[in-house]
Amino acid sequence: MASLPAFSLRDQSAGERSFPSGRPALLAFIKEDCPTCGTSMPLIEGAHRAFGDGVDVWAVGQEAKGNAALVERYGLTLPMLDDSELGVSFRYDLDTVPTVLLAGADGEELRRFVGFGRDDWRSLYSQLGELSGAAAPAVEWGAYPESEPGCGARNVEPGIAERLEAIAEGSPLLARRIEIGSADDPDEFMFDQGFSDGLPVVAPTPERVLRMLGGTRRDAQEVVAIVPPNMAPATIEKIAINSVLAGCRPEYLPVVIASLEAACTDTFNAHGVWATTMGASPAMIVNGPIRDRIGMNSGLGAIGQGNRANATIGRALRLVLRNVGGARPGGTERSTLGSPAKFTFTFAEWEERSPWTPLHVDRGYAAEQSVVTLFPAVPGPLISMDQTSRSAEPLAGSLAMSLQAMMHPKSGGRDTLLIVTPEHVDTLWRDGWTKERLAERLWELTHRPLRELIQDERSGVGRPLEEFGPDGPTEEQLNELIPKFDSPQRLHIVVAGSEAGKITAIFPGWGSLVESRVIEDVV
Amino acid sequence: MTTILDPTDEREPVGRQRSRRPEQISGTVGLLDISKPRGNVLLDRLEELIHERLPEVEVRRYTKPTFTKPAPDELLRKMAGEVDFVIEGLAD
Repeated sequence: MASLPAFSLRDQSAGERSFPSGRPALLAFIKEDCPTCGTSMPLIEGAHRAFGDGVDVWAVGQEAKGNAALVERYGLTLPMLDDSELGVSFRYDLDTVPTVLLAGADGEELRRFVGFGRDDWRSLYSQLGELSGAAAPAVEWGAYPESEPGCGARNVEPGIAERLEAIAEGSPLLARRIEIGSADDPDEFMFDQGFSDGLPVVAPTPERVLRMLGGTRRDAQEVVAIVPPNMAPATIEKIAINSVLAGCRPEYLPVVIASLEAACTDTFNAHGVWATTMGASPAMIVNGPIRDRIGMNSGLGAIGQGNRANATIGRALRLVLRNVGGARPGGTERSTLGSPAKFTFTFAEWEERSPWTPLHVDRGYAAEQSVVTLFPAVPGPLISMDQTSRSAEPLAGSLAMSLQAMMHPKSGGRDTLLIVTPEHVDTLWRDGWTKERLAERLWELTHRPLRELIQDERSGVGRPLEEFGPDGPTEEQLNELIPKFDSPQRLHIVVAGSEAGKITAIFPGWGSLVESRVIEDVV
Repeated sequence: MTTILDPTDEREPVGRQRSRRPEQISGTVGLLDISKPRGNVLLDRLEELIHERLPEVEVRRYTKPTFTKPAPDELLRKMAGEVDFVIEGLAD
């Protein structure tokens, strides 16, 4: 007689039940929404009450909520084992519930039937009586139908069967498989499904996703982040699928993963960044050795188009938010105008062209680490153009004037990103200005007397007069200098861009904080 | 046939976009018999009713070789090119 597969499952009191247990066992695989299982439940419970002293009578339920409902509905006292993961159902190769199995003390199969059969149950009760030595209870057999066909087991439902098979084969790919009919155009199909940001996407075939997963050493089923707004878990596999959609190469994947880790934090607050009417979108700045390894652009056109890594890494992060998190324009993404940066916005810092410490080192990482930093940018950029200052002080003055105007000349500034291009860097460095000195000076120069910052007939923006009591501010108060930024540390300075052009690009921040993550080193 | 992996959190079933439902029936209606027993009886009656109520509508009949398998591509293409509507008899 063939032995049934051994297993361990938890019952409704979280007790572990292992099969075989050394006693004969009656296993009844059931699911709550199957009427035939309902017909059988009183007999399964009856068997437990009558023969339970000599035989383990266990229901094996295929769905956690349904199991609890059955226990409640039928007042079950028997162990209801939770196979909602369907691993045992899969190994038992079930296709129908109820499937009723009688096994000997060593797990050998003695009897099996599916669906409901009155005669099957009658004779099963006799056999249980013999095995357990207990007297068969009185059952009103006439009250039961002669037979009822069973229902499809959950483990063979489309989408679930393939997943269980993949687990059994040890495949890292557990995502639902979608078959696109041969008469359908896959590109059009993916648009129709809403997988795309509006630009064409690359079909995430299993082969491509497997190749993408080759870009990381992390387990495909590791949950990296809980993605807003739906708070859905993002596994490495889901990130890899979306990275294929976005057009990434496998070696970019660790950057996408680290970006998602940074985005889905309380501090960066991706939910708010995506939702705000202001059109914020993460500027993703990559530092460290990975920049060159994956061919990122930090020079000419660094925040523009034309480089695959720059273009697709930022896009992949956004597609994870869209597809896994469910963030879509008109849903929880409610930006008034949106922004081109809603498609992508990733660049590398040109560390080698900068006399200053790179951004990740400023933020406490080692120079040889690869790090991605997410800045909640409200595009922009606001280009501050100064082609004529020949020394650091007037250039800082120009930049400060542009910074003062950022968002509104009267409003305070939050974290702010400055991308200083090489010609401006040279002007500052010729006079020996460090990054810290530049930030400090910009902070000083963006102070304004309160007089210029109150609400008035020229502009309704600013501090309301009522704030200063019935008589308004005093002359002394009106002359007081108010900083635009609460500290110089609010100014985040990086170097990128081509050798030609005397500009600095300014991006105001949104209300969340800058966040960085180390990028996995796969080399 | 292309197989892709679902990029979403899988909480929604995969949706197929339905084509827009026209206001009126005009042109050609295809009646597809999938070769289930007595499907032809239903479709014969439907054809009669269409002729009676919508005399300007043309009816064309098609048959799948077997109900156990998807329709062959060639049949699908033929129907897609020839008709504006399809009515399919699905069960016994």
